[in-house]
Amino acid sequence: MTISLKINGKSQDVDADPSTPLLYVLRNDVGLHGPKFGCGLGQCGACTVHVDGRPTFSCILPIAAVGDREVTTLEGLLEDGKPNKLQQAFIDEEAAQCGYCISGMVMRAQALLRTKPNPTDNEIRNYMRPNLCRCGTHTAIMRAIRRAAIA
Amino acid sequence: MRLRRVILAVLAAGVLVAVGGLAWAWRPAFAPTSAKQTISDRKMIDRGAELAAIGNCSDCHTKDVGVPYAGGRALPTPFGTIYASNLTPDLETGIGTWSEEAFRRAMHEGVDREGRQLYPAFPYDHFTKATDEDIHALYSFLMSIPAIRNVLPANQLSFPFSFRPIIAGWKVLFLSQALLEKDTSKSAEWNRGRYLVEGLGHCGSCHTPRNALGGEKKGSPYAGGAAEGWNAPPLNASLVTTHHWTVDQLAEYLSTGWHKLHGAAAGPMADVAKNLGQVSKDEVHAIAAYVASLSPSPDYKTAIITDNGGKSQPADIVAIYTGACAKCHNDRNDVGPSKALSLSLSTAVQQGDPANTVRVILHGIQSYRTGVGPYMPAFDTILTDTQIADITQYIRTRYTNQPQWADIKTEVIKARQEAQP
Repeated sequence: MTISLKINGKSQDVDADPSTPLLYVLRNDVGLHGPKFGCGLGQCGACTVHVDGRPTFSCILPIAAVGDREVTTLEGLLEDGKPNKLQQAFIDEEAAQCGYCISGMVMRAQALLRTKPNPTDNEIRNYMRPNLCRCGTHTAIMRAIRRAAIA
Repeated sequence: MRLRRVILAVLAAGVLVAVGGLAWAWRPAFAPTSAKQTISDRKMIDRGAELAAIGNCSDCHTKDVGVPYAGGRALPTPFGTIYASNLTPDLETGIGTWSEEAFRRAMHEGVDREGRQLYPAFPYDHFTKATDEDIHALYSFLMSIPAIRNVLPANQLSFPFSFRPIIAGWKVLFLSQALLEKDTSKSAEWNRGRYLVEGLGHCGSCHTPRNALGGEKKGSPYAGGAAEGWNAPPLNASLVTTHHWTVDQLAEYLSTGWHKLHGAAAGPMADVAKNLGQVSKDEVHAIAAYVASLSPSPDYKTAIITDNGGKSQPADIVAIYTGACAKCHNDRNDVGPSKALSLSLSTAVQQGDPANTVRVILHGIQSYRTGVGPYMPAFDTILTDTQIADITQYIRTRYTNQPQWADIKTEVIKARQEAQP
């Protein structure tokens, strides 16, 4: 069944079962490898993308439910093909260890900074709670978000 | 206009009660204790911590991601917003200057150290049943935790509710200080359970319906009430669903927040279960024994899984259910890392209205993330209001033999506007 999705500002037709999670379609059909498959159960946040600007687990979002909402992935945050301010802050602070969670972390943090440009540490911690990192680079992730916030 | 008449009646009753109660409204202050209390009885402190867990004190007296017991959490009531007080021994903003006598009076009579009437959002109508010995343990515990300075916002209550002396009138109607007499026809465990449930556990604060003046309806104890938008299901009618609970199942659920035949404690009950996880198994079993005894005719049938099939439903809703829900709620015996059950076992899905089902889908079950308890992601950003309403009806139709729910979308919109703990 062909379903039309709006991804990173472009309209994309995909041919898949309507119950297919958005994550699978993004990675396998559209070729966007920013969002990662972690748990597949909405527990870890590695698959986080924006749907209408809000951070969303794409592994438990069936494409039938996306409708005409705008999907943005890590790739969609690039500005003129270059990392945006937050992505650059993650690079500068060397916030990635294995890197698997980082795409999801960036997407969630970006959503936070859009609604709250200068969050407190407590607000950052609270907002980032749904996303897990197993390497333990949380302090570097905190620094990156703070750097992007005040920069 | 009916609503206005009800409000007027409530106000008039409030004023009358106030006049009647004024004579009792004035209470003396206890002198502030000059120095920080030093309590060195470790055993007593630990006992107090356990009792505080039974009383679920930290749930209200902790703000969002704030320091436990430092207060500041906004408690919405039908009469306005009340901010939970700081229970740490800070001398200025906490209870550091309270003597044990002052603390006991607050617990038993709802009056603070300075003699001001306390609002019954603080459930002293239950805590009044606590023994002096248990209050001593609680006091020892609270005085032993770190003092945190936390200046609280002023309560936002409209007149006449902002006028504290009217609370004395409320107490005349709803505060019964008589201690519980031991019922010798019942077991020691039952008596212990009753003491905890009626007293510190204050289960009736949510599970008993309230009248227009905010008092528990004495005539219908445990007939089901409300908590922060959620239904607190009745505890007196075959324990909620067609799936009856045994005492052991109830005890396991209360201790861990989950039972394989009944599902997860969610919403405000999740915090209760989290706290009861810190409590000895004997105490929790006693609570379970008493709660189970509230059902008129315990009938321990084994749960029967209902599945009416979902194929007759619109294809897009089936697709959403398959992609969003069925990965975990897969109707096999394998509950997986999220501990998800067949939805036919869910208490929420069986209830008379969709309040709890809608809220679980919107907010998920996140309370046990620091442990190994059940987990469900929040679907608030994943699905739209209409999709959540459709899925809720789909689950109701497929997994119960109960009538469909009406007006689910209105409930979704309402639930989205509530603050979550």
